[in-house]
Amino acid sequence: MSLLEVTDLSLTYASDGVVVEALRDVSLTVEAGEVVGIVGESGSGKSTLAAVLNGLLPDNARITKGAVRIEGTDLLTLPEAGRRRLRGPGVAMVLQDPMQAFNPVLTIGRQLVDFQHHLKDLSRADKAARAEAMLAEVGISDPAACLRRFPHELSGGMRQRAAIAAALLLTPRLLVADEPTTALDVTMEAQILHLLRRLRTDHAGAIVIITHHLGVVGEICDRVHVMYGGQIVEEGPVDDIHHAPAHPYTQALIACDPAAIPGRAARLPTIPGRPPPLRRPVPKGCAFAPRCPAALPQCRTEAPPRVVLGPRRSALCHRVSP
Amino acid sequence: MTAVLGARDVAIDLPLPGGFLARRQLNILSGITLSVDKGETLALVGESGSGKTTLARAMIGLLPVSAGVLEFRGQPLSDPACRRRLRTEAAMLFQDARGSLSPRVSVGNAVIEPLAIHRRPRDRATAGRMLAKVGLAPEMAARFPHELSGGQARRVSVARALALDPALLVADEPTAGLDVSVQGEILNLLADLRRDLGLALVLISHNLAMVRHVSDRIAVLYLGRLVETGPTDQVLARPAHPYTQGLIAAEPNPDPRKRRDHPAITGEIPSLIARPRGCGFASRCPFAQDRCRAETPTLRPLAPGREAACHFAETMTSQPIRETIP
Repeated sequence: MSLLEVTDLSLTYASDGVVVEALRDVSLTVEAGEVVGIVGESGSGKSTLAAVLNGLLPDNARITKGAVRIEGTDLLTLPEAGRRRLRGPGVAMVLQDPMQAFNPVLTIGRQLVDFQHHLKDLSRADKAARAEAMLAEVGISDPAACLRRFPHELSGGMRQRAAIAAALLLTPRLLVADEPTTALDVTMEAQILHLLRRLRTDHAGAIVIITHHLGVVGEICDRVHVMYGGQIVEEGPVDDIHHAPAHPYTQALIACDPAAIPGRAARLPTIPGRPPPLRRPVPKGCAFAPRCPAALPQCRTEAPPRVVLGPRRSALCHRVSP
Repeated sequence: MTAVLGARDVAIDLPLPGGFLARRQLNILSGITLSVDKGETLALVGESGSGKTTLARAMIGLLPVSAGVLEFRGQPLSDPACRRRLRTEAAMLFQDARGSLSPRVSVGNAVIEPLAIHRRPRDRATAGRMLAKVGLAPEMAARFPHELSGGQARRVSVARALALDPALLVADEPTAGLDVSVQGEILNLLADLRRDLGLALVLISHNLAMVRHVSDRIAVLYLGRLVETGPTDQVLARPAHPYTQGLIAAEPNPDPRKRRDHPAITGEIPSLIARPRGCGFASRCPFAQDRCRAETPTLRPLAPGREAACHFAETMTSQPIRETIP
């Protein structure tokens, strides 16, 4: 049984009579101990997927199809009480802006103690000691002082470390990190990525990282899912995705990354056009076809097949052959 | 040729918050000497807290300098006539493009606002022409900021910055928050404008991968001091300052085969309020010696056009990147 299993998940947002298909038949599995990256640009559906995993969907979202199982328990049919029990020990979240994760009027220490409410056998003093040890583990040099601070008194990097510590205090089996380093400087990004990599070995839980940054994927992920237009257009081990991308979108995305272009480029490559509008009715063909340099006539009229290229390696494209 | 913008030994102090009668001044930047020529792109790089945005604000006259001289086309900014000129001849792209546009002003009115303020001639077609220059359809003029994508909002702010045909454009993280596929578009646009209009461009960024492709020269700031300057290709190929080396090594690599085992620089930039003695970077520098903690290194020439503020700059450039001194 996989730690996380998403099968054929489809989700729509409705507002003012317009229905947007944000996720379309998304399937993925995450095994214990893996770091899985979900890469995509704005509007690809990656953050919606994160919201499903955490049960933080807005009211106008409706899941039309599929299942999300954590160790076999279907999140979507679970009553709220059960979901609440799963949140924390089952799934914990690290947000892009750690300021959102903390209450601004309570100290970090108070919040880190409160987060452990499910540990009924521990006293507050025990929980504070656990919090202090966890802060030290995520690389905060003076954890006792940090416990007394308010969130705004910490730098962005320290706040993100504290948010990761908060998530780890719940000993989650699955840690979902939504753009965990986007708000940080490169030097702090490198340190946070290093920390997440170490945590994976020490804590044996799985990590799902949602990012638009291929550098983050290259540094930390074992496997990657590339999202476009609400679908997973390619999945595979990180090395295959980087060195032998099968889907034209993945190829274009990698080609655009300035870090991957040697020397000095006279002009930086771009992907002409815009991401597809996912308003219903969504066109039948491939979502990437209007921007795809290799599109065939059938790409515009027929939905692309999912071509299996190997174990846990596939691409959603007419042009790819197994 | 006189530079479009020149800084000679510039220092900037800002008042510390809190004080009322005897406001304490905090030194943010000092000893900043640099210049940008017509058609040239200078990249200012450094972590948050290094002083790059403060310097940018001073460059377009939004902050007074406390010491030294900032010159625009050979005239000091302290001269009111020069400051007036600067208002029409220098422009800034702010980091948050959407935030820099009023939510209640249409795109068309936003881009011609500088013309209105300076009583320049304009007609119905002006906004459309300006939008076309940055690759937007003239119909966009009727839109409002909330209807724009991140890349479009960025283009609108470029169009507005160009309204008065500036000689200098200061761009603060012009691609922050944009998708990679759109990032290239904005950078290509800036490169075209620089070439076609002879703009002097100051590009503030902490993304070295991007800076490598679009800048001619680079100035690395740390804790309000210039630690290294020089031609971009040379600085990035053979950085002379350990901080520059660290920034390069910290850049995440998309190739999983080139993963690093440990972060290049650890810790954080120290607080300006508690500026360390000696070299500001010594507390995080893997090569720091006793001398670094006692004696402040000055920015000194290493080769034509290259300067660095490190006691061991010569040793640094002769070492391959990331090799450690025993």
